[in-house]
Amino acid sequence: MSRVGWIRLLVVGGFILAIELLCRTGMISPRVLIAPSDMAIRLYRLLLSGQANADIIETLGNVAISLVLSVSGGFAIGAAIHALPRLRRAIDPFLASYYALPFFAFYPLFIVMFGLGRGAVVAIGFLFGVVAMIIATLNGFDRIPRVLVRTAEVYHMGPVAAALRIKLPSAVPYLFTGVKLAIAYCFIGVIAAEFIMASSGLGYAIAYAFNNFDNGKMYALMFFIIVLVTIVNALFYTYERRLMRRWGR
Amino acid sequence: MNSAALQPAQSAHEPSKDVHAEMRGVTRVYGGDGKTGGVQALAATDLRLRRGEFYSVIGPSGCGKSTLLDVLAGLSRPTTGEVLFEGKSIDGRVPEGTGVVFQEDASFPWLTVADNIAFGLRRAGIDAAEIQRRLDYALKLMGLADFAKSYPSQLSGGMRQRVCIARTLVMQPRIILLDEPFGALDAQTRLIMGDELLKVWRETGATVVLITHALDEAAMLSDRIGIMSARPGKIIEEIKTQWPRDRDSRIAANPAFGEITARLWSVLRDESLKAIHQGNKSSAGLA
Ligand SMILES: Nc1ncnc2c1ncn2[C@@H]1O[C@H](COP(=O)(O)OP(=O)(O)O)[C@@H](O)[C@H]1O
Ligand SMILES: [Mg+2]
Repeated sequence: MSRVGWIRLLVVGGFILAIELLCRTGMISPRVLIAPSDMAIRLYRLLLSGQANADIIETLGNVAISLVLSVSGGFAIGAAIHALPRLRRAIDPFLASYYALPFFAFYPLFIVMFGLGRGAVVAIGFLFGVVAMIIATLNGFDRIPRVLVRTAEVYHMGPVAAALRIKLPSAVPYLFTGVKLAIAYCFIGVIAAEFIMASSGLGYAIAYAFNNFDNGKMYALMFFIIVLVTIVNALFYTYERRLMRRWGR
Repeated sequence: MNSAALQPAQSAHEPSKDVHAEMRGVTRVYGGDGKTGGVQALAATDLRLRRGEFYSVIGPSGCGKSTLLDVLAGLSRPTTGEVLFEGKSIDGRVPEGTGVVFQEDASFPWLTVADNIAFGLRRAGIDAAEIQRRLDYALKLMGLADFAKSYPSQLSGGMRQRVCIARTLVMQPRIILLDEPFGALDAQTRLIMGDELLKVWRETGATVVLITHALDEAAMLSDRIGIMSARPGKIIEEIKTQWPRDRDSRIAANPAFGEITARLWSVLRDESLKAIHQGNKSSAGLA
């Protein structure tokens, strides 16, 4: 591991250790926060008991579906918008200010539009993730070397073939940025939607534990989400780095 | 002009079945609306390419060489005039049988050398055995056999350009258009690449159009050389070399090479001076 890597580990480890000490010495009340080691133990027991399995599987499924839809849909929409420069100029301000909207202020509207349940949760995850992917696709397509686009013409490629066979791989470094953001946004969208408009899933389970003063379960689930997101991100970064090194970017 | 090696082209007297591609009064204006404004890159340009000849186009930078190649390839539409390939008018689409090699590196960084070269063949739905046969031939011809599984990022600039030439050549184009393909390479590599291009030309029998700004490259590789004027460019003179078909860069030792180069320069010098003064005028206008 690099020097920076060690320092990073030290910062994270130090932070966790500090919280552990604050909790163990009682400077932070267990009603506010339980010690990280306690979270891990409770999570372990929770996973063993199988109590949370259904919620975990449901949330993972929701995130996976909304992520696949966001990434493929965002790429397709982005590629289409890129081919229509006038449309692009027209909607650019909306794309740029999209994430400035306080989405969950409109949750009654979501309920009216999508109803309650899984469909609604996935729809919100998708709405959250898709625009990051659209923006990344536009950004990536702007930077494709012109000579590669002309090469597509020499090989008589139509717009769809050129988008998939030349532009997509060429824009991959930018698309990765979009995917990373979409992962984060899909998790946020799905879990937040589960808080307010679902009766199952991790978001619901956390809200339920909170309302019933079940701090142990609540923190165990939060801990689970942090670990999960970290693992997903780490896997994706590793894959990205390996690919980029091979392609010499 | 009277030297045997320097006879001007007699294209007007050639039988038309020998004409492989042709530009008739082609102009190209960038931007502007209709008649006013815009940059005129090409003045009314005529060009007749004979089947199987090696033709170079030389001219000062910014004179419209790339524009000429784009229009000839069907990558961009002429503003006026007509481009014919094998007797048929092409209308802003690259005709089947045309191969193009660009000045910039156009290799696909996400594919191995072998996959790069086979790219067009796979798209054309050619059967696997034939793809393999052409791939092996091209890898060997371009000296890339040991790098089939490498990615372009692991290759030098010259090797990447060879990948692009191989990718073009496996399609068995009847005409190969190259826009300053060796522009980014060092002098020795350029000479070697020139020899390789001659080899490709001999083995495939294709018509080759090479855009270059290098006098020596044009003089040693070509059957004929078209010299372009300063912008708006058009071909103002054609020089015939009369080299044997079996030749390579060592032909530079031939006394005729010096004559041809000198002849090229005497025409090109004036045009280059004009091009430089054009640059001065426009920068004065901006200041
Ligand atoms: N897409 C374009 N839009 C506007 N002007 C262009 C474009 N491409 C080339 N030009 C202009 O046309 C002239 C000829 O360009 P080009 O054909 O690239 O010259 P060369 O290849 O001989 O250097 C130059 O003045 C250049 O600035
Ligand atoms: Mg050029």
